[in-house]
Amino acid sequence: MSKVLVVTSGKGGVGKTTSSAALGAALAQAGKNVVVVDFDVGLRNLDLIMGAERRVVFDLVNVVQGDAKLAQALIRDKRVETLSLLPASQTRDKDALTPEGVERVINELREKFDWIVCDSPAGIERGATLAMRHADMAVVVTNPEVSSVRDSDRIIGLLDSKTAKAEAGETVDKHLLLTRYDAGRAARGEMLKVEDVLEILAIPLLGIIPDSEDVLKASNVGSPVTLHNPMSAPARAYAEAARRLLGETVAVTMPVEKKSLMSRLFGRSVA
Amino acid sequence: MSIFGFFTRTRTAPVARERLQLLIAHERALSGKSDLAAILQEEILAVIAKHIAIDREKVKVKLDRDGTISTLEIDIEMPEAVVLKN
Repeated sequence: MSKVLVVTSGKGGVGKTTSSAALGAALAQAGKNVVVVDFDVGLRNLDLIMGAERRVVFDLVNVVQGDAKLAQALIRDKRVETLSLLPASQTRDKDALTPEGVERVINELREKFDWIVCDSPAGIERGATLAMRHADMAVVVTNPEVSSVRDSDRIIGLLDSKTAKAEAGETVDKHLLLTRYDAGRAARGEMLKVEDVLEILAIPLLGIIPDSEDVLKASNVGSPVTLHNPMSAPARAYAEAARRLLGETVAVTMPVEKKSLMSRLFGRSVA
Repeated sequence: MSIFGFFTRTRTAPVARERLQLLIAHERALSGKSDLAAILQEEILAVIAKHIAIDREKVKVKLDRDGTISTLEIDIEMPEAVVLKN
């Protein structure tokens, strides 16, 4: 049984693409056949985060409009054999996607893959609603910050009303992924705590991704953070979140940065 | 900053939490989602506003949900001289 998972948030810049790449890679490393689909038509970035920007020939819009076959547009990851990418178009806009075309592509992907991870664009417009349309599960990416939490609440409302599942009287399985979390600042009362966000949004917690330099380092070189530095705090947090998606019971811990004596002394990594 | 500033650092997160709770209850009511207490809040305010000029800033709303019971507490500060509309 294939699963369609949408990674969404409403607000931009909270870590949807980073999380899509990291979770997709972690699921693939667990032996699943995974495709990560970029729905951000016009502003594609998943290809860049996954280091496949020079291998894009055809894209989602070409497949939706029937100008290319799915197999021509899929890009197989060079590091993890079971991981593929379906890039978005950079030159078109979101109106180039049609509901019927998206449904056809998703159904075709369901036959080939165990997990279809849809990286949603920001906002609540057509691109975002099409990305969530066929989802069985949703990862709501949220920063511990007022505007992000508000937008997540809005997106949860859309997941409960605008998806195919909602219209059929079923529910999309929703999970909260709290990113850019700083446990120290939360403890000092400078940042919303995990419990605060959970109480307000009232959906189960998938994981806590600590604010970390490793995320930028991984994107600099075009590698999902789970592949680039698997022992880093964010990579471990994403790997645990992926195991929870697979149905394992893993206690949520707060992964902490392991700092060397040198980095403690000089305040930055010496690696 | 006073020399005690370090010890009496303002905790801003509780403010964020409270603002969000109120705002989201309000927005859920507007989007027609099941939050009965928030829907009541809006309608009661609308009825009162028909007759008395009220300052929304001076309206305190408390929503409590405890298992099966929801309580709605609305505290409206009346203007000194009640201004009746028309």
